[in-house]
Amino acid sequence: MGGKGEKPKLIMEDGKRHDGRLPDELRPIKMEIGVLKNADGSAYVEFGKTRVVAAVYGPREAQPKHIASPYRAVLRCRYHMAPFSTDERKSPAPSRREIELSKVIREALEPVVMTEMFPRTSIDIFIEVISADGGTRTTSVTAASLALADAGIPMKDLVAAVAVGKADGVLVLDIDQVEDNYGEADMPVAAAPSLNEITLLQLNGVLSMNEFKEGLSLALKGIGEIYKIQKETLKNKYLQVEGE
Amino acid sequence: MSEEGSKKREEKPRTLVAPGDLLARGEYKILTPTTVQRRGDSYYALVVGLATVDDEAKTIKLIPLQGPYYPSVDDLVIGIVRSIGLTSWEVDIRAPSPAILYASDYLGRPVNPARESLSDYLDVGDVIIAKIQVFDRTRDPLITTRGKGLGKVTTGAVVEISPVKVPRVIGKKGSMQSVLEGETGCRLVVGRNGRIVVNCPNKDLEEIVVLAIRKIEAEAHTTGLTDRIKEFILTEKVRRGLIGGR
Repeated sequence: MGGKGEKPKLIMEDGKRHDGRLPDELRPIKMEIGVLKNADGSAYVEFGKTRVVAAVYGPREAQPKHIASPYRAVLRCRYHMAPFSTDERKSPAPSRREIELSKVIREALEPVVMTEMFPRTSIDIFIEVISADGGTRTTSVTAASLALADAGIPMKDLVAAVAVGKADGVLVLDIDQVEDNYGEADMPVAAAPSLNEITLLQLNGVLSMNEFKEGLSLALKGIGEIYKIQKETLKNKYLQVEGE
Repeated sequence: MSEEGSKKREEKPRTLVAPGDLLARGEYKILTPTTVQRRGDSYYALVVGLATVDDEAKTIKLIPLQGPYYPSVDDLVIGIVRSIGLTSWEVDIRAPSPAILYASDYLGRPVNPARESLSDYLDVGDVIIAKIQVFDRTRDPLITTRGKGLGKVTTGAVVEISPVKVPRVIGKKGSMQSVLEGETGCRLVVGRNGRIVVNCPNKDLEEIVVLAIRKIEAEAHTTGLTDRIKEFILTEKVRRGLIGGR
């Protein structure tokens, strides 16, 4: 996925980005919950061309049994990219990157899930990236947190995530694949706004201290918008039934 | 939120909330500790549900709209036998782990596994009404069938609904359940784990009760439901020619 080939222009003369967005603009977002019948909770989240489905099972009997804890539920997470999600076929076997992202996503969600309410059980999250166009880990965190809420698992807050990048020297919100490949930096951030906690912060590339601070506040602003959509999505499911 | 139906009862306004929503600040009593959390002097929602904040009585209640069944002692549950051991049955009660029912508890006498097989009494797939006797974080739930109304189910049908909708099917002080039973003549046993055993005089009434339960499940978060269910049962009865047409 590295930045191969000739570098395209990322910021146009009018200050807009290669896809016409302003630097602090999110991609078009679509969210849906309860999309999978067999899962206890599920969500579909779309950020532009990045599409992710998350399914939650549990709390259920921990398998294998030795992983169970008498103090809390074990949270398990599998992040996986479908072979058809990328330009070139991706091998369906879990790669080093996917194993790492599974861990990072799990750790982004652990602080909000009330695992201590369900001792000796496991809560399993399955995340499938259907179409990848940058920002799959942040989209996955957003989708997984919705799916957990859809399953009715008590959570202190929802987690929303977005990445900030630096493209042609400009800080840009919600970077896509092109900006990730040819940009100078990529910083995914996940946060639980009402808990006032950042649960994921990574940085790939170079940012100055000031750029980092500015980038973080830009990310938190984006997270605020995503968080609002998440809550609306959760509530809409019931308002619809009521409207019938 | 719809206002209809909430006039006659002194119902406090209920708001639809999502995890992380601030419910109130100050000193309140949490009536549903599994769905509301206090942080400092603020109270936050933990689930998607309907919150009632009573500023006079200083109480907060949040009824979830979705969620798993997690056993607690003394719950009435409806279980399905999953497997048979030498001296006990493993029963599925829709909890994270299966429940254990000892043969000596069910039969009320000691059993000798060398002489008798437990499948003679309860086989895989049999439905039982039981109570949770012991459950904590160190063990699987232990259930008992000793008590009034408990034991093997021999007639009727089992309906499964979401466990969080169970209080709605029972209603305030059993009001919804008595409407269902009174209007159809069926007998209901509502398990906390979201399984309901219905015993009806005939097939038509059974279908009506099942449809009514499904309707309660789908519209559990709306107000004035009891009246609508009454109406629903009536129209279904007319439609099936059980009453009217005179």
